[in-house]
Amino acid sequence: MLAFLVSAIRLGMTFLLGSTGETITEKSGHLNLGTPGVMCVGAACGCYAEYLYFKAVGVFGINPVVAVILPILATLIGSALMGVIFCFLTVTLRVNQNVTGLALTTFGVGVSDFLIANTTPIFSKGSKYFTAHLSFADDLGWFGQIFFSHGILIYLAIIIALLSAFVLNKTKIGLHLRAVGENPATADAAGISVSKYRYAATCIGCGISGLGGLSFIMDYLNGNWEYCIDAIGWLAIALVIFTVWKPNLAIIGSIIFGALYIVSTYIQGFAIETKEIFKMLPYIVTVIVLLFTSIRDSKNSQPPQSLGLNYFREER
Amino acid sequence: MNSSNNIALECRNITKTFGSVVANKNVNLSVKKGEILSILGENGSGKTTLMNMISGIYFPDEGSILVDGKEVTIRSPKDAFDLKIGMIHQHFKLVDVFSGTENIVLGMRNKKFNIKKAYQEIKETCDKYGFEIDLNKKIYDLSVSEKQTIEIVKVIYKGADILILDEPTAVLTPQEITKLFNVLRKMRDDGKAIIIITHKLNEVLEISDRVSVLRKGEYIGTVETKNATEQSLTEMMVGEKISLDIERSEPKNSVDRLIVKGVDCFNSDGIKVLDDISFTAKSGEILGIAGISGSGQRELLEAIAGLQKLSGGEVIYHDPKTDKEENLRNKTPIEIRNLGVRLSFVPEDRLGMGLVGNMGITDNMMLRSYKKGKSFFLQKREPKKLANKIIEDLKVVTPDANTPVRRLSGGNVQKVLVGREIAASPTVLMAAYPVRGLDINSSYTIYNLLTEQKEKGVAVIFVGEDLDVLIDLCDRILVLSGGRVTGIVDGRTTKKEELGLLMTKTKQGKEND
Repeated sequence: MLAFLVSAIRLGMTFLLGSTGETITEKSGHLNLGTPGVMCVGAACGCYAEYLYFKAVGVFGINPVVAVILPILATLIGSALMGVIFCFLTVTLRVNQNVTGLALTTFGVGVSDFLIANTTPIFSKGSKYFTAHLSFADDLGWFGQIFFSHGILIYLAIIIALLSAFVLNKTKIGLHLRAVGENPATADAAGISVSKYRYAATCIGCGISGLGGLSFIMDYLNGNWEYCIDAIGWLAIALVIFTVWKPNLAIIGSIIFGALYIVSTYIQGFAIETKEIFKMLPYIVTVIVLLFTSIRDSKNSQPPQSLGLNYFREER
Repeated sequence: MNSSNNIALECRNITKTFGSVVANKNVNLSVKKGEILSILGENGSGKTTLMNMISGIYFPDEGSILVDGKEVTIRSPKDAFDLKIGMIHQHFKLVDVFSGTENIVLGMRNKKFNIKKAYQEIKETCDKYGFEIDLNKKIYDLSVSEKQTIEIVKVIYKGADILILDEPTAVLTPQEITKLFNVLRKMRDDGKAIIIITHKLNEVLEISDRVSVLRKGEYIGTVETKNATEQSLTEMMVGEKISLDIERSEPKNSVDRLIVKGVDCFNSDGIKVLDDISFTAKSGEILGIAGISGSGQRELLEAIAGLQKLSGGEVIYHDPKTDKEENLRNKTPIEIRNLGVRLSFVPEDRLGMGLVGNMGITDNMMLRSYKKGKSFFLQKREPKKLANKIIEDLKVVTPDANTPVRRLSGGNVQKVLVGREIAASPTVLMAAYPVRGLDINSSYTIYNLLTEQKEKGVAVIFVGEDLDVLIDLCDRILVLSGGRVTGIVDGRTTKKEELGLLMTKTKQGKEND
């Protein structure tokens, strides 16, 4: 049971990073269906950087701080670049967002496969540095296991989610960003640069989503590369909807998603075929949440009004 | 008052085109500090385009804008703010899920973000000009006039000295209009320059100091309001009569085809868009519908076609075949068809409602006839014949019948649409703005088509913008204003001025909500 919870939290934080990034992106009015691809690229860039670093310095020259910071930076840069591609296509060239996003997912999976094919796809050495935690956690029993046994990315995920919620709801930047996503024409008329906000939000959002991919490999899989990050990415998008575009709610939501996703491996007495059904649970829950929010028609839990729509000032 | 340093804003020779459409041509305009200037013009005369250029939404192709005597470049709404120009758009620029305060502070610069302090300041502004509004309510909970108040407070709070209001009274009740005008006068006395766009002549005369008139994108002139009358302004607005040559035959064997009795209709915002409409459309005649756009023309046609839900009244149709009366009220379009009632409808938005842009002419023909096919597979032969006939008869310029209609010019798209509707050999043909955006020759093709249909005994309902055409083409003209019928006149005897007055006649006595 304890192992189940710890696993759920670790996997959940992957979802959390992915969905926080996607939420920020969507708040600007960009429906980035490329998030699965972005997470793949983010994970691959981080792992590739780790691989190069270890190769360069050898086993004994590894500096633990660099071994963590370098992949994180590589991930941020790689996935933010994916955001730049998305924005260039949708904002500058006004390509349809859905098409662009789906293409980006396919592209991202390909890029990550290519990068990883050039490495030895086991990063357990690097994973050790990522999952390093304070030693007193082991003395606190189940409490320590649940709250203090995780690596840096897990805590980073929660900090980022809380910070995003704060920025979105309490600051001027957040207000402007939400205005851009709700009604770009209004924001434009108020003198807010729609393009700048969309570029910035999407690139930052992609960077954060990318970290989710890295966390999946390093924290959840202990450094064993698996070719299924895009599936995690789709769940991250579902999580955005599940938590009605609120990053602070997503902290709880992500752990629920994490638990639902892995519950099959911890439940006894089912055939393997039946267990696969459990993996559908997150999606079913999302559909139910969607149903309820649309039935209640609560204006506060609706997607940004211009989600998925490109903006062009002189259109008439 | 006449010294040049008193002029707050001046436009010189402004020209703006959208593709081949000239929206503004050599427009000159100036407004002084402490003055209310009205801009008057029919629909499509380029009023809103001009204002959008001043507020930075569009960029003029030619000409210059001067603020306080200095030439300025306004590339974006932000530039307009920096010049203290504030615009209140016809379609409110508000974020629905934000509170009033949040909407007002949106885009504010050089200030520390403090929503509580901002709230206090906004409250003071409200008190100064006498606005009563709950700033903490979300926009979606506000009424239309409250939304407008938020818009006005927004531009004042941001320190605008030049205010532009695009048809501010269109959505207000008479009491709210009185309130708004009081506020505007207060602001004028405060030294602000105010530009107000409106269709309603009585309001122009009531509120403004001077009036500038635009017609079809061109600047006609400016007059002092105190020297103007409704009559003189109407003449400036509609211009001299252009001679038209439409053959109008006398209606033959006219019988009542469509009787509309006391129709009421509300739009999705709960605003009454049709108010007690009654008229009769006869076979073998063209009934014109005149009115400023948004007076309920679209809703009326949609109500008859079964696309709008009526809240009161009825639509009676005389079936010429069975001689029976059918009530069309609250029937779906399909039900209307199944009853044998044939209504053909040329919607205002050609590509939006009438045709599928990515499909060829043949395929678009099939949209109306697909139910006739009996086999599982599409039968293209008949529609193809029809498509080619339309291309030939109406001189549609297209490479072939399979070219996507999106690629055709507006006039040709229109011909395809009208052609298809006529091919259904209707008994009632409704056409809304069928010549919008068409050149003069294509327009005449369409007029002649309508006349041809009339001679075949069809009851034609034609919603038009050009009063000259309405007068020359129609047998009778029904005038709508604010969702009400303000008059039905004979097309042979009426004058444009009479129509103009009826179009701008506001409801008197009876006031709703």
